[in-house]
Amino acid sequence: MDPSQAKELATIGKSLVIKGELSGSEDLYIDGQVEGSIDLRTHSVTIGPNGNVKAGINAKAIVVQGRVDGSLSAADRLDLRKSAVVTGDVTTQRISIEEGAFLKGKVDIQKEAGKGAASS
Amino acid sequence: MKLFRSSSNQSETSATQQKLTRRSSGIGEIARVLNSQEGLYVLDLGSTSANNIQFFTGHGHKNYSEDLLRFSLDPSLRVQDANGNSIVDPDKFLRENLSYQNGQFDIVLCWNLPDYMEENLVKPTIDRLWSVMKPGGLLLAFFHTRDAGPDSVCYRYHVDGTDMLEMQEVKFAPPGRPSSEKQSPRLQRVFNNRHIENLFRDFASIKFFLARDAIREVLVVR
Repeated sequence: MDPSQAKELATIGKSLVIKGELSGSEDLYIDGQVEGSIDLRTHSVTIGPNGNVKAGINAKAIVVQGRVDGSLSAADRLDLRKSAVVTGDVTTQRISIEEGAFLKGKVDIQKEAGKGAASS
Repeated sequence: MKLFRSSSNQSETSATQQKLTRRSSGIGEIARVLNSQEGLYVLDLGSTSANNIQFFTGHGHKNYSEDLLRFSLDPSLRVQDANGNSIVDPDKFLRENLSYQNGQFDIVLCWNLPDYMEENLVKPTIDRLWSVMKPGGLLLAFFHTRDAGPDSVCYRYHVDGTDMLEMQEVKFAPPGRPSSEKQSPRLQRVFNNRHIENLFRDFASIKFFLARDAIREVLVVR
């Protein structure tokens, strides 16, 4: 990452297991297990390829490479990468789904200041 | 029972996988409904498709996505029947899938699901779909004709709001196998017209469209 663009980023490594409510004001990378709820409305949450989340996630942007059981609410955009497995309802303005990603649930595209879009 | 086609090609599905197109009278009729109304509840039972989500949500509809074929392969659903055969438990399958309110959906896209599901899941699944559809709702399903062999390719379908469908081969990794060993599901059976009519006997009406590619399209009204 370019140091000039570096932002605060918290990481939950793949050996970590967390149960409870997560909230804060920095971006979050999860490659471990989280159970509970995640609320980072002004920041991004990335679920890494080893990540296993059983929680509702509320964030500005959400990227999923691992597994999520829970509803996802992304104020800006949601990216489901090819290894993503998501079971839960999704609310976002923009959604991107790579080939191979798996989604079980309702998709609600919120149209705010322009039309929503989904792309692959 | 073979759930997958034997194949030497075990390459992983990629974004560049070839996409084919076919004209579909059934999706043409559904597209006319989707294009002329807003706020419909659409249940897509095929593999997750960004195209479909874009189209449905872009036209103001509520989109629900549920890849039932993939879920039916979950090893945790398997039990032994009275004869010791391994089967999918339909009760458990329906406890974990298609859990919606009765009368919720205006349109259900079943695609080719009944042809590739295990036998004992087909009727319970169609019965559940009847329950979750609104009266007057539309269901589209594709059935292979007798001309199709057991190695007929299983496709996923992408809609674009016309009577054209984009098709892509579906490949899953068999349960417990790595994703590098993805295979295409195997055609389980061929329904004839009478079987199909029996399958949808609780629905109000059924319309058949015959296509040249050994596919019989069925548009059913709840």
